[in-house]
Amino acid sequence: MIDPAQILIDAVSVGGLYALTALGIGLIFSVMRLANFAHAELVTVAAYMLFAFSGSPVAVAILVAIAAAVLLALATERIAFRPLRGADSATLLISSFAVSMFLQKLLVFLVGSRPKALDPLPALSRTVSIGSLQVSALKLVTIVVCLTLLAALTAFLKWTRFGLQMRASAENFTMSRLLGVRANAVIAIAFGLSGLLAAVVAVLFAAQSGFVQPRFGVQIVIIAFVATVIGGLGNLFGAAVGGFFVGVVTILLQAFLPAELRPFREAFLFVIVIAILLFRPQGLFPARNLKERV
Amino acid sequence: MAASISDRIGWRPAARDGLRRLVPLAALVGIVLTIVLLAGMGDIVLQRRVIFCLIHVVAVVGLYIFMGNSGVMNFSSAGFMAVGAYTSALLTMAPGMKSTFLPDLPAWLAAAHLSPLWGALAGGVMAGLMALVIGIPIMRLSGIGAAIATLSLMFICYIVLGNWTALTGGQQSLMGLPSYVGLWTAGLTAMVAIAVAFVYQETRGALALRGSREDEVAARGSGVRIVRERLAAFVVSGFVTGIAGVLYGHFLGTLRVESFYLDLTFLLVTMLVVGGMRSLAGAVIGAIGISILTELLRLVEVGFVLPGTSWSIATPPGLGDVALAAAMLLIILFRPQGLTGGHEIELPRSKTSTSGLATTSGNTGTANV
Repeated sequence: MIDPAQILIDAVSVGGLYALTALGIGLIFSVMRLANFAHAELVTVAAYMLFAFSGSPVAVAILVAIAAAVLLALATERIAFRPLRGADSATLLISSFAVSMFLQKLLVFLVGSRPKALDPLPALSRTVSIGSLQVSALKLVTIVVCLTLLAALTAFLKWTRFGLQMRASAENFTMSRLLGVRANAVIAIAFGLSGLLAAVVAVLFAAQSGFVQPRFGVQIVIIAFVATVIGGLGNLFGAAVGGFFVGVVTILLQAFLPAELRPFREAFLFVIVIAILLFRPQGLFPARNLKERV
Repeated sequence: MAASISDRIGWRPAARDGLRRLVPLAALVGIVLTIVLLAGMGDIVLQRRVIFCLIHVVAVVGLYIFMGNSGVMNFSSAGFMAVGAYTSALLTMAPGMKSTFLPDLPAWLAAAHLSPLWGALAGGVMAGLMALVIGIPIMRLSGIGAAIATLSLMFICYIVLGNWTALTGGQQSLMGLPSYVGLWTAGLTAMVAIAVAFVYQETRGALALRGSREDEVAARGSGVRIVRERLAAFVVSGFVTGIAGVLYGHFLGTLRVESFYLDLTFLLVTMLVVGGMRSLAGAVIGAIGISILTELLRLVEVGFVLPGTSWSIATPPGLGDVALAAAMLLIILFRPQGLTGGHEIELPRSKTSTSGLATTSGNTGTANV
């Protein structure tokens, strides 16, 4: 018999990673209507940095990874997305697709496509017992880190000057510019934050999977896309909830689907996405002002 | 004065109209025919490269039929190609082959042994049916919603085909497809695909669909039934894309689900966007242009000697893919309408004739004004 508490811990730790990734994508979508597929490569590059600095102290490696992801996020914004600001979301999506492919092929070219083993958080590879439960320390830390970051991000958006500007831009970009919000600054901060989130996801995800290859970030970002759509594109609260929702659904499908259908579990996830797009095209928590007025 | 007004509104006297309307079609068929004839004189390696290019032409034309006319993103081509390819493979493979590679097939399917033509048509029809069934609900979506729904559709195809081991062999390659696709098969199919796309885009429905591409609300206000027109385009597009998949399978002789995934999706969308997604000429030129670029980059990777000198040039492997993605990015940034800018290939406009405005093509005013 599967222990419900065990399932809950699995679901929250998986969902937390999806939620952080979905938030990174959602932050950027809310300020510039860009569904950033290249978020995957932010995660991948951060993971490669962990690999490159695996000889150094853990803190150093993590800081380098964060710095690399933030810089890469800012660079992609400046080079590829700023010239397209104001273009329709389809053009932006194709452009982010191109950025993603470019970085992925560049990684294959530079480091090869063979997986590299890494263990960024060796201290956490043991289990902790809580009552009768055996839980891996890594899962607990993942949950704690995700919840802390969610709280910190909420606080940033609610109580700081830039957070306020970002929320204003998400609501009505033109209006907030007219009221003195500097577009470049807000967008740069959004990209920087998404880089930070990507790096954190990279650390936790690499610790779980134990290896990195050029497509490392793609899988998790695809699932996070699903989460943002389910939660409501452009709504950060929705993105976080969507992330946890997808985590729970994945774990439940994994646990309760008959064995012969289990390989198809992600297909069910995508069917849910299409269904949600059909019945609630704006997601479960629609963002305000997303629909263009005529 | 009268001439300038008729010029402005794109009205043309019928007598001058007839043959000129066919120029864009004739030009594209001519390009493909030239390529086939030239390749016929080359060696077998060149011919194989050209066949591959022509298969991509079919696939990109298929993608264009929906995405170009409707302006709605579609990332599901790879899925339609996979469905077409596997359908035709299962229906045309020799029963002995099937019992070796796919022992768990249902009996009627294991015994099926159609001729290549019927198998190919079945592949196209299957893909078209899938487009019909899935299109009925999802054609209501536009913009980012449509992009994500079609991307999800592609993932679903990939996951289902990749895990339905009894039917597809799962993650293993399916071998032993009759490989009947040669230069002329691919060339003729490409020409037919171009003709289908051209005839479709001249229909009233396609015109209405292009209207909805320019302004969804205004088109709906003018009585265009957007969902129905999109669905028609999606089904035709699915059929042609499925046929491209059939060619792909019967050219290589083996199928892997892995081939119909993100890389192929990205390649096809790149070809269409680089050529210019608003015209049929863009689809064909994009597919051919990117294929040539890929070949040149491959040559550079292998290494070659500069003519007339003793310098040889060789770049490390993998650089070609990087350059391809970079080319895609540069085109989007600096020429978002693609190489053709959304124009069809037309005769140059003379002073007496007024039909130079490319109103028969995919572009109406907004892009150029």
